[in-house]
Amino acid sequence: MGLVHREDTAVFDAVVTLLDQFKREEAIITRETDISEDLRLDSLAVMDLMMELEDKFDVSIPLNLVAEIRTVGDLAEAVRRH
Amino acid sequence: MGLFDRFDGLAKLHAMATTGGEDPFAVRMDRVLSPTEAVINGRQTILIGTHNYLGLTFDPACIEASQKAVAAFGTGTTGSRIANGSYAGHRGLEKTLAAFFGRKHCMVFSTGYQANLGILSTVAGPQDHLLIDADSHASIYDACKLGSATVVRFRHNDPADLDRRLQKLSGEPGNRVIVAEGLYSMLGDTAPLREFVEVKKKHGAYIVLDEAHSVGTMGENGRGLAEAEGLEADVDFVVGTFSKSFGAVGGFCVSDMEGFEVLRIASRPYMFTASLPPSIMASVTEAVHQVQARPELRRQLWQNVDRLYGGLQKAGFILGPEKAPVVAITLRDQETAIRFWNGLLANGVYCALVLPPATPNGLSLCRLSLCAAHTAAQIKRVVEVATGVANEIGAFDAVPAKRAAAG
Repeated sequence: MGLVHREDTAVFDAVVTLLDQFKREEAIITRETDISEDLRLDSLAVMDLMMELEDKFDVSIPLNLVAEIRTVGDLAEAVRRH
Repeated sequence: MGLFDRFDGLAKLHAMATTGGEDPFAVRMDRVLSPTEAVINGRQTILIGTHNYLGLTFDPACIEASQKAVAAFGTGTTGSRIANGSYAGHRGLEKTLAAFFGRKHCMVFSTGYQANLGILSTVAGPQDHLLIDADSHASIYDACKLGSATVVRFRHNDPADLDRRLQKLSGEPGNRVIVAEGLYSMLGDTAPLREFVEVKKKHGAYIVLDEAHSVGTMGENGRGLAEAEGLEADVDFVVGTFSKSFGAVGGFCVSDMEGFEVLRIASRPYMFTASLPPSIMASVTEAVHQVQARPELRRQLWQNVDRLYGGLQKAGFILGPEKAPVVAITLRDQETAIRFWNGLLANGVYCALVLPPATPNGLSLCRLSLCAAHTAAQIKRVVEVATGVANEIGAFDAVPAKRAAAG
Protein backbone atom coordinates (compact mmCIF):
# COMPACT_ATOMS: atom_id res chain seq x y z
CA MET A 1 0.00 0.00 0.00
CA GLY A 2 2.86 2.33 0.88
CA LEU A 3 4.49 1.91 -2.54
CA VAL A 4 1.23 2.31 -4.38
CA HIS A 5 0.55 5.44 -2.38
CA ARG A 6 3.94 6.96 -3.22
CA GLU A 7 3.52 6.14 -6.94
CA ASP A 8 0.06 7.62 -6.87
CA THR A 9 1.27 10.83 -5.26
CA ALA A 10 4.09 11.17 -7.79
CA VAL A 11 1.68 10.75 -10.69
CA PHE A 12 -0.83 13.13 -9.17
CA ASP A 13 1.84 15.77 -8.58
CA ALA A 14 3.03 15.48 -12.19
CA VAL A 15 -0.54 15.81 -13.45
CA VAL A 16 -1.06 18.91 -11.31
CA THR A 17 2.17 20.45 -12.61
CA LEU A 18 1.09 19.92 -16.20
CA LEU A 19 -2.37 21.27 -15.45
CA ASP A 20 -1.10 24.38 -13.72
CA GLN A 21 -1.02 26.30 -17.00
CA PHE A 22 -4.78 25.80 -17.39
CA LYS A 23 -5.65 26.88 -13.88
CA ARG A 24 -8.21 29.65 -13.57
CA GLU A 25 -7.49 32.26 -10.91
CA GLU A 26 -5.85 30.86 -7.81
CA ALA A 27 -7.99 27.78 -7.44
CA ILE A 28 -6.20 24.76 -6.03
CA ILE A 29 -6.27 21.64 -8.18
CA THR A 30 -7.51 18.63 -6.26
CA ARG A 31 -8.38 15.08 -7.26
CA GLU A 32 -11.99 16.20 -7.57
CA THR A 33 -11.25 19.08 -9.95
CA ASP A 34 -13.35 18.54 -13.09
CA ILE A 35 -11.08 18.81 -16.12
CA SER A 36 -13.66 20.15 -18.53
CA GLU A 37 -15.94 22.10 -16.14
CA ASP A 38 -13.35 23.64 -13.82
CA LEU A 39 -10.27 23.85 -16.02
CA ARG A 40 -12.18 24.35 -19.28
CA LEU A 41 -10.01 21.95 -21.22
CA ASP A 42 -11.59 20.75 -24.46
CA SER A 43 -11.43 17.12 -25.58
CA LEU A 44 -8.37 17.73 -27.76
CA ALA A 45 -6.47 19.43 -24.91
CA VAL A 46 -7.22 16.44 -22.65
CA MET A 47 -5.82 14.07 -25.28
CA ASP A 48 -2.70 16.23 -25.67
CA LEU A 49 -2.26 16.22 -21.91
CA MET A 50 -2.54 12.43 -21.86
CA MET A 51 0.16 12.24 -24.50
CA GLU A 52 2.48 14.35 -22.33
CA LEU A 53 1.82 12.05 -19.39
CA GLU A 54 2.35 8.91 -21.50
CA ASP A 55 5.79 10.19 -22.46
CA LYS A 56 6.68 11.38 -18.98
CA PHE A 57 5.86 8.03 -17.37
CA ASP A 58 6.64 5.87 -20.41
CA VAL A 59 3.20 4.30 -20.41
CA SER A 60 0.55 3.77 -23.08
CA ILE A 61 -2.95 4.91 -22.21
CA PRO A 62 -5.53 3.80 -24.78
CA LEU A 63 -7.61 6.63 -26.15
CA ASN A 64 -10.67 4.54 -25.38
CA LEU A 65 -10.31 5.62 -21.74
CA VAL A 66 -10.73 9.34 -22.43
CA ALA A 67 -14.51 9.15 -22.21
CA GLU A 68 -14.24 7.87 -18.65
CA ILE A 69 -11.82 10.54 -17.44
CA ARG A 70 -13.69 13.40 -15.80
CA THR A 71 -11.58 14.55 -12.87
CA VAL A 72 -7.89 15.12 -12.25
CA GLY A 73 -8.02 12.08 -9.97
CA ASP A 74 -9.38 9.94 -12.83
CA LEU A 75 -6.52 11.11 -15.04
CA ALA A 76 -3.86 10.30 -12.44
CA GLU A 77 -5.43 6.89 -11.89
CA ALA A 78 -5.39 6.15 -15.64
CA VAL A 79 -1.66 6.90 -15.77
CA ARG A 80 -0.93 4.85 -12.65
CA ARG A 81 -2.79 1.79 -13.91
CA HIS A 82 -1.06 1.63 -17.31
CA MET B 1 -30.44 19.93 -15.18
CA GLY B 2 -31.72 20.60 -18.68
CA LEU B 3 -30.98 18.28 -21.59
CA PHE B 4 -28.67 20.75 -23.27
CA ASP B 5 -27.07 22.38 -20.23
CA ARG B 6 -23.85 20.51 -20.85
CA PHE B 7 -23.44 22.47 -24.08
CA ASP B 8 -23.35 25.80 -22.22
CA GLY B 9 -19.61 26.12 -22.80
CA LEU B 10 -20.08 25.42 -26.49
CA ALA B 11 -22.93 27.91 -26.72
CA LYS B 12 -20.67 30.56 -25.16
CA LEU B 13 -17.96 29.81 -27.73
CA HIS B 14 -20.53 30.16 -30.47
CA ALA B 15 -21.75 33.46 -29.04
CA MET B 16 -18.17 34.68 -29.05
CA ALA B 17 -17.68 33.58 -32.65
CA THR B 18 -20.65 35.71 -33.71
CA THR B 19 -19.38 38.90 -32.02
CA GLY B 20 -17.91 40.08 -35.32
CA GLY B 21 -21.39 40.44 -36.81
CA GLU B 22 -21.83 37.32 -38.92
CA ASP B 23 -22.31 33.75 -37.74
CA PRO B 24 -19.27 32.00 -39.27
CA PHE B 25 -21.01 28.65 -39.02
CA ALA B 26 -24.21 29.69 -40.80
CA VAL B 27 -23.15 31.60 -43.91
CA ARG B 28 -25.82 31.37 -46.60
CA MET B 29 -25.14 31.42 -50.32
CA ASP B 30 -28.29 32.65 -52.03
CA ARG B 31 -26.96 31.96 -55.47
CA VAL B 32 -23.89 30.10 -56.64
CA LEU B 33 -22.54 31.74 -59.77
CA SER B 34 -19.60 29.43 -60.52
CA PRO B 35 -17.13 27.20 -58.64
CA THR B 36 -15.45 30.39 -57.38
CA GLU B 37 -18.27 32.88 -56.87
CA ALA B 38 -21.55 33.12 -54.98
CA VAL B 39 -23.97 35.77 -53.79
CA ILE B 40 -23.77 36.14 -50.01
CA ASN B 41 -25.71 38.88 -48.20
CA GLY B 42 -26.60 40.32 -51.60
CA ARG B 43 -22.91 40.70 -52.47
CA GLN B 44 -20.94 38.91 -55.17
CA THR B 45 -18.34 37.00 -53.17
CA ILE B 46 -15.19 35.07 -54.08
CA LEU B 47 -15.36 31.52 -52.72
CA ILE B 48 -11.95 30.51 -51.41
CA GLY B 49 -12.73 28.04 -48.67
CA THR B 50 -14.86 25.40 -50.31
CA HIS B 51 -12.37 22.59 -51.14
CA ASN B 52 -13.67 22.64 -54.71
CA TYR B 53 -10.09 22.00 -55.81
CA LEU B 54 -10.63 21.28 -59.48
CA GLY B 55 -13.77 23.37 -59.98
CA LEU B 56 -15.77 20.38 -61.25
CA THR B 57 -19.06 21.37 -59.56
CA PHE B 58 -20.10 23.21 -62.72
CA ASP B 59 -18.30 21.03 -65.24
CA PRO B 60 -20.65 20.69 -68.24
CA ALA B 61 -19.89 16.99 -68.76
CA CYS B 62 -20.51 16.19 -65.07
CA ILE B 63 -23.76 18.16 -65.07
CA GLU B 64 -24.96 16.46 -68.24
CA ALA B 65 -24.17 12.99 -66.89
CA SER B 66 -25.97 13.84 -63.68
CA GLN B 67 -29.05 15.16 -65.47
CA LYS B 68 -29.27 12.08 -67.69
CA ALA B 69 -28.99 9.79 -64.67
CA VAL B 70 -31.70 11.57 -62.69
CA ALA B 71 -34.03 11.35 -65.69
CA ALA B 72 -33.29 7.67 -66.28
CA PHE B 73 -33.01 6.34 -62.71
CA GLY B 74 -34.96 8.83 -60.58
CA THR B 75 -34.06 11.16 -57.75
CA GLY B 76 -33.02 8.66 -55.11
CA THR B 77 -32.42 5.00 -54.33
CA THR B 78 -34.73 5.08 -51.28
CA GLY B 79 -32.73 2.44 -49.49
CA SER B 80 -29.52 0.66 -48.71
CA ARG B 81 -27.64 -1.48 -51.16
CA ILE B 82 -27.89 -4.68 -49.15
CA ALA B 83 -31.62 -4.44 -48.44
CA ASN B 84 -32.92 -2.48 -51.41
CA GLY B 85 -30.53 -3.24 -54.22
CA SER B 86 -27.61 -1.64 -56.00
CA TYR B 87 -28.00 0.39 -59.16
CA ALA B 88 -25.81 -0.04 -62.21
CA GLY B 89 -24.26 3.31 -61.28
CA HIS B 90 -22.93 2.05 -57.94
CA ARG B 91 -20.98 -0.80 -59.49
CA GLY B 92 -20.03 1.39 -62.44
CA LEU B 93 -18.52 4.00 -60.15
CA GLU B 94 -16.75 1.36 -58.07
CA LYS B 95 -15.22 -0.16 -61.20
CA THR B 96 -14.22 3.27 -62.48
CA LEU B 97 -12.49 4.13 -59.20
CA ALA B 98 -10.81 0.73 -58.88
CA ALA B 99 -9.43 1.19 -62.40
CA PHE B 100 -8.35 4.77 -61.67
CA PHE B 101 -6.39 3.67 -58.60
CA GLY B 102 -5.22 0.40 -60.18
CA ARG B 103 -6.77 -1.59 -57.31
CA LYS B 104 -8.79 -4.78 -57.17
CA HIS B 105 -11.54 -3.56 -54.87
CA CYS B 106 -13.61 -0.46 -54.30
CA MET B 107 -16.55 0.28 -52.05
CA VAL B 108 -18.46 3.54 -52.22
CA PHE B 109 -20.10 5.11 -49.18
CA SER B 110 -22.78 7.77 -48.87
CA THR B 111 -20.37 10.33 -47.41
CA GLY B 112 -16.64 10.62 -46.84
CA TYR B 113 -17.36 10.64 -43.12
CA GLN B 114 -19.07 7.27 -43.43
CA ALA B 115 -16.20 5.88 -45.51
CA ASN B 116 -13.88 6.39 -42.53
CA LEU B 117 -16.47 5.07 -40.08
CA GLY B 118 -17.16 2.07 -42.30
CA ILE B 119 -13.55 1.10 -42.94
CA LEU B 120 -11.80 1.91 -39.67
CA SER B 121 -14.50 0.40 -37.48
CA THR B 122 -14.25 -2.92 -39.37
CA VAL B 123 -10.58 -3.39 -40.34
CA ALA B 124 -9.60 -3.41 -36.66
CA GLY B 125 -11.49 -5.62 -34.20
CA PRO B 126 -11.59 -6.08 -30.42
CA GLN B 127 -8.08 -7.60 -30.19
CA ASP B 128 -6.54 -5.11 -32.61
CA HIS B 129 -4.88 -1.72 -32.29
CA LEU B 130 -5.62 1.41 -34.28
CA LEU B 131 -2.77 3.91 -34.28
CA ILE B 132 -4.06 7.30 -35.34
CA ASP B 133 -2.28 10.57 -36.03
CA ALA B 134 -3.03 13.16 -33.33
CA ASP B 135 -4.32 15.64 -35.92
CA SER B 136 -6.75 13.19 -37.52
CA HIS B 137 -10.06 14.39 -38.90
CA ALA B 138 -13.13 14.07 -36.66
CA SER B 139 -14.41 11.19 -38.80
CA ILE B 140 -11.33 9.14 -37.85
CA TYR B 141 -11.84 9.84 -34.15
CA ASP B 142 -15.52 8.95 -34.47
CA ALA B 143 -14.65 5.77 -36.35
CA CYS B 144 -12.51 4.76 -33.37
CA LYS B 145 -15.50 5.23 -31.07
CA LEU B 146 -17.71 3.15 -33.34
CA GLY B 147 -15.20 0.32 -33.55
CA SER B 148 -13.93 -1.98 -30.83
CA ALA B 149 -10.16 -1.77 -31.28
CA THR B 150 -7.77 -0.28 -28.74
CA VAL B 151 -6.87 3.19 -29.95
CA VAL B 152 -3.42 4.73 -29.62
CA ARG B 153 -2.75 8.32 -30.67
CA PHE B 154 0.70 9.26 -32.00
CA ARG B 155 2.23 12.70 -32.41
CA HIS B 156 1.26 14.43 -35.62
CA ASN B 157 3.43 13.45 -38.60
CA ASP B 158 6.02 11.89 -36.26
CA PRO B 159 7.27 8.49 -37.50
CA ALA B 160 9.64 8.09 -34.51
CA ASP B 161 6.75 8.55 -32.11
CA LEU B 162 4.66 6.05 -34.09
CA ASP B 163 7.55 3.61 -33.93
CA ARG B 164 7.85 4.07 -30.15
CA ARG B 165 4.16 3.54 -29.59
CA LEU B 166 4.15 0.40 -31.74
CA GLN B 167 7.17 -0.84 -29.79
CA LYS B 168 5.22 -0.45 -26.56
CA LEU B 169 2.57 -2.77 -27.97
CA SER B 170 5.05 -5.56 -28.63
CA GLY B 171 3.90 -8.82 -27.10
CA GLU B 172 0.26 -7.80 -27.25
CA PRO B 173 -1.97 -9.89 -29.53
CA GLY B 174 -3.85 -8.54 -32.53
CA ASN B 175 -3.22 -6.58 -35.70
CA ARG B 176 -1.87 -3.03 -35.83
CA VAL B 177 -3.53 -0.60 -38.21
CA ILE B 178 -1.94 2.82 -38.76
CA VAL B 179 -4.19 5.69 -39.85
CA ALA B 180 -2.81 8.83 -41.48
CA GLU B 181 -4.03 11.46 -43.91
CA GLY B 182 -2.37 12.39 -47.18
CA LEU B 183 -2.91 16.12 -46.85
CA TYR B 184 -4.03 17.59 -43.54
CA SER B 185 -6.79 20.07 -44.11
CA MET B 186 -6.07 22.37 -41.19
CA LEU B 187 -2.56 23.54 -42.05
CA GLY B 188 -2.09 21.95 -45.47
CA ASP B 189 0.84 19.77 -44.41
CA THR B 190 1.41 16.29 -45.86
CA ALA B 191 2.21 13.01 -44.10
CA PRO B 192 5.83 11.71 -44.11
CA LEU B 193 4.49 8.65 -45.91
CA ARG B 194 7.84 7.03 -46.76
CA GLU B 195 8.87 7.00 -43.09
CA PHE B 196 5.44 5.79 -41.99
CA VAL B 197 5.67 2.92 -44.50
CA GLU B 198 9.08 1.94 -43.09
CA VAL B 199 7.65 1.87 -39.56
CA LYS B 200 4.65 -0.08 -40.81
CA LYS B 201 6.87 -2.73 -42.37
CA LYS B 202 9.12 -2.95 -39.32
CA HIS B 203 6.14 -3.79 -37.11
CA GLY B 204 4.15 -5.86 -39.61
CA ALA B 205 1.32 -3.35 -39.45
CA TYR B 206 -1.23 -2.17 -42.02
CA ILE B 207 -1.81 1.40 -43.13
CA VAL B 208 -5.00 3.22 -44.05
CA LEU B 209 -4.39 6.52 -45.82
CA ASP B 210 -7.17 9.09 -45.95
CA GLU B 211 -6.58 11.00 -49.17
CA ALA B 212 -9.68 13.20 -48.89
CA HIS B 213 -7.76 16.37 -49.74
CA SER B 214 -4.99 14.83 -51.84
CA VAL B 215 -6.95 12.83 -54.43
CA GLY B 216 -7.27 14.96 -57.54
CA THR B 217 -4.73 17.45 -56.22
CA MET B 218 -1.54 15.38 -55.80
CA GLY B 219 0.29 12.79 -57.86
CA GLU B 220 0.94 12.92 -61.59
CA ASN B 221 -2.44 11.34 -62.31
CA GLY B 222 -4.25 12.80 -59.31
CA ARG B 223 -4.20 9.60 -57.28
CA GLY B 224 -2.98 11.40 -54.19
CA LEU B 225 0.07 11.49 -51.93
CA ALA B 226 0.73 7.75 -52.27
CA GLU B 227 1.10 8.22 -56.03
CA ALA B 228 3.19 11.37 -55.62
CA GLU B 229 5.59 9.47 -53.34
CA GLY B 230 5.60 6.28 -55.44
CA LEU B 231 4.25 4.28 -52.51
CA GLU B 232 0.87 3.05 -53.68
CA ALA B 233 1.86 -0.61 -53.33
CA ASP B 234 2.73 -0.04 -49.67
CA VAL B 235 -0.58 1.56 -48.73
CA ASP B 236 -3.13 -1.10 -47.84
CA PHE B 237 -6.28 1.00 -47.96
CA VAL B 238 -6.95 4.41 -49.49
CA VAL B 239 -10.02 6.23 -48.22
CA GLY B 240 -11.35 9.32 -49.94
CA THR B 241 -14.28 11.57 -50.64
CA PHE B 242 -16.34 12.77 -53.59
CA SER B 243 -17.04 16.13 -51.95
CA LYS B 244 -13.78 17.85 -52.79
CA SER B 245 -11.95 17.30 -56.10
CA PHE B 246 -14.86 15.26 -57.49
CA GLY B 247 -17.34 18.05 -56.80
CA ALA B 248 -20.25 16.10 -55.30
CA VAL B 249 -20.78 14.09 -52.10
CA GLY B 250 -19.91 10.56 -50.98
CA GLY B 251 -16.87 8.53 -50.05
CA PHE B 252 -14.91 5.47 -51.09
CA CYS B 253 -12.25 2.99 -50.12
CA VAL B 254 -9.96 1.14 -52.53
CA SER B 255 -7.72 -1.79 -51.66
CA ASP B 256 -6.00 -4.88 -53.02
CA MET B 257 -6.53 -6.71 -49.75
CA GLU B 258 -7.68 -10.30 -50.12
CA GLY B 259 -11.18 -10.78 -48.70
CA PHE B 260 -12.04 -7.07 -48.81
CA GLU B 261 -15.50 -7.67 -50.30
CA VAL B 262 -16.76 -9.18 -47.04
CA LEU B 263 -16.89 -5.64 -45.66
CA ARG B 264 -20.07 -5.11 -47.69
CA ILE B 265 -21.91 -7.33 -45.23
CA ALA B 266 -19.90 -6.36 -42.15
CA SER B 267 -19.53 -2.59 -42.27
CA ARG B 268 -22.52 -0.98 -40.59
CA PRO B 269 -22.00 2.55 -41.98
CA TYR B 270 -22.15 0.93 -45.45
CA MET B 271 -25.10 -1.36 -44.75
CA PHE B 272 -27.51 0.67 -42.69
CA THR B 273 -27.85 3.86 -44.69
CA ALA B 274 -29.35 4.89 -48.00
CA SER B 275 -26.99 4.54 -50.93
CA LEU B 276 -25.87 7.44 -53.11
CA PRO B 277 -28.47 8.72 -55.59
CA PRO B 278 -28.03 8.06 -59.34
CA SER B 279 -27.27 11.71 -60.16
CA ILE B 280 -24.28 11.73 -57.79
CA MET B 281 -22.86 8.44 -59.04
CA ALA B 282 -23.09 9.69 -62.61
CA SER B 283 -21.44 13.06 -61.94
CA VAL B 284 -18.65 11.47 -59.88
CA THR B 285 -18.00 8.80 -62.54
CA GLU B 286 -17.63 11.60 -65.07
CA ALA B 287 -15.51 13.64 -62.62
CA VAL B 288 -13.06 10.72 -62.31
CA HIS B 289 -12.76 10.75 -66.10
CA GLN B 290 -12.18 14.51 -66.05
CA VAL B 291 -9.44 14.16 -63.44
CA GLN B 292 -7.73 11.62 -65.70
CA ALA B 293 -8.29 13.45 -68.95
CA ARG B 294 -7.39 16.97 -67.82
CA PRO B 295 -4.08 17.09 -65.94
CA GLU B 296 -4.07 20.82 -66.71
CA LEU B 297 -6.62 21.27 -63.91
CA ARG B 298 -3.97 20.18 -61.43
CA ARG B 299 -1.38 22.43 -63.02
CA GLN B 300 -3.75 25.43 -62.75
CA LEU B 301 -4.52 24.54 -59.16
CA TRP B 302 -0.84 24.49 -58.19
CA GLN B 303 -0.16 27.71 -60.07
CA ASN B 304 -2.89 29.24 -57.96
CA VAL B 305 -1.36 27.76 -54.82
CA ASP B 306 1.94 29.47 -55.70
CA ARG B 307 0.18 32.77 -56.32
CA LEU B 308 -1.84 32.78 -53.12
CA TYR B 309 0.81 31.34 -50.80
CA GLY B 310 3.46 33.65 -52.24
CA GLY B 311 1.21 36.71 -52.05
CA LEU B 312 0.13 36.10 -48.48
CA GLN B 313 3.63 35.20 -47.35
CA LYS B 314 5.00 38.40 -48.86
CA ALA B 315 2.30 40.36 -47.07
CA GLY B 316 3.55 38.97 -43.76
CA PHE B 317 0.93 36.38 -42.84
CA ILE B 318 1.78 33.29 -40.80
CA LEU B 319 1.00 30.32 -43.06
CA GLY B 320 1.19 26.53 -42.88
CA PRO B 321 4.58 24.83 -43.35
CA GLU B 322 4.03 23.64 -46.93
CA LYS B 323 2.60 25.11 -50.11
CA ALA B 324 -0.62 23.19 -50.56
CA PRO B 325 -4.15 23.61 -51.95
CA VAL B 326 -5.14 24.47 -48.38
CA VAL B 327 -3.55 27.71 -47.25
CA ALA B 328 -4.19 28.38 -43.57
CA ILE B 329 -3.59 31.80 -42.06
CA THR B 330 -2.80 31.59 -38.36
CA LEU B 331 -4.16 34.53 -36.41
CA ARG B 332 -2.93 35.60 -33.00
CA ASP B 333 -6.05 34.62 -31.08
CA GLN B 334 -9.71 33.75 -31.54
CA GLU B 335 -10.85 37.34 -31.34
CA THR B 336 -8.45 38.46 -34.08
CA ALA B 337 -9.40 35.47 -36.24
CA ILE B 338 -13.10 36.30 -35.89
CA ARG B 339 -12.56 39.96 -36.79
CA PHE B 340 -10.31 39.04 -39.70
CA TRP B 341 -12.81 36.53 -41.07
CA ASN B 342 -15.65 39.06 -40.80
CA GLY B 343 -13.52 41.67 -42.55
CA LEU B 344 -12.90 39.29 -45.46
CA LEU B 345 -16.58 38.44 -45.83
CA ALA B 346 -17.62 42.10 -45.67
CA ASN B 347 -15.21 42.69 -48.55
CA GLY B 348 -16.51 39.84 -50.68
CA VAL B 349 -14.13 37.01 -49.76
CA TYR B 350 -15.50 33.85 -48.13
CA CYS B 351 -13.09 31.44 -46.47
CA ALA B 352 -13.48 29.11 -43.48
CA LEU B 353 -12.99 30.25 -39.89
CA VAL B 354 -11.67 27.35 -37.82
CA LEU B 355 -11.31 27.63 -34.07
CA PRO B 356 -10.26 25.30 -31.25
CA PRO B 357 -11.06 22.52 -30.46
CA ALA B 358 -11.32 21.76 -34.19
CA THR B 359 -7.74 22.96 -34.75
CA PRO B 360 -4.39 21.50 -33.65
CA ASN B 361 -2.51 23.16 -30.78
CA GLY B 362 -5.34 25.57 -30.05
CA LEU B 363 -4.64 27.60 -33.20
CA SER B 364 -7.14 30.13 -34.55
CA LEU B 365 -7.22 29.85 -38.32
CA CYS B 366 -8.74 31.33 -41.42
CA ARG B 367 -8.50 28.54 -43.92
CA LEU B 368 -8.39 29.23 -47.63
CA SER B 369 -8.61 26.50 -50.24
CA LEU B 370 -7.79 26.98 -53.85
CA CYS B 371 -9.60 26.03 -57.00
CA ALA B 372 -8.17 25.40 -60.47
CA ALA B 373 -10.84 27.82 -61.69
CA HIS B 374 -9.67 30.77 -59.59
CA THR B 375 -8.35 33.51 -61.86
CA ALA B 376 -5.14 35.40 -61.19
CA ALA B 377 -7.29 38.51 -60.68
CA GLN B 378 -9.40 36.77 -58.01
CA ILE B 379 -6.32 35.65 -56.12
CA LYS B 380 -4.80 39.12 -56.35
CA ARG B 381 -8.03 40.53 -54.94
CA VAL B 382 -8.02 38.00 -52.07
CA VAL B 383 -4.44 38.94 -51.12
CA GLU B 384 -5.31 42.66 -51.26
CA VAL B 385 -8.43 42.26 -49.15
CA ALA B 386 -6.65 40.04 -46.62
CA THR B 387 -3.75 42.48 -46.30
CA GLY B 388 -6.08 45.47 -45.99
CA VAL B 389 -8.24 43.85 -43.32
CA ALA B 390 -5.21 42.61 -41.39
CA ASN B 391 -3.73 46.12 -41.32
CA GLU B 392 -7.05 47.63 -40.32
CA ILE B 393 -7.54 45.34 -37.32
CA GLY B 394 -3.88 45.19 -36.32
CA ALA B 395 -3.55 41.49 -37.08
CA PHE B 396 0.12 41.89 -37.95
CA ASP B 397 0.90 43.61 -34.64
CA ALA B 398 3.13 41.69 -32.29
CA VAL B 399 1.10 42.73 -29.26
CA PRO B 400 -2.61 41.98 -28.94
CA ALA B 401 -4.71 44.66 -30.58
CA LYS B 402 -7.07 46.71 -28.44
CA ARG B 403 -10.65 45.53 -28.65
CA ALA B 404 -12.71 47.59 -31.04
CA ALA B 405 -15.33 49.69 -29.27
CA ALA B 406 -18.09 47.52 -30.65
CA GLY B 407 -16.20 44.27 -30.06
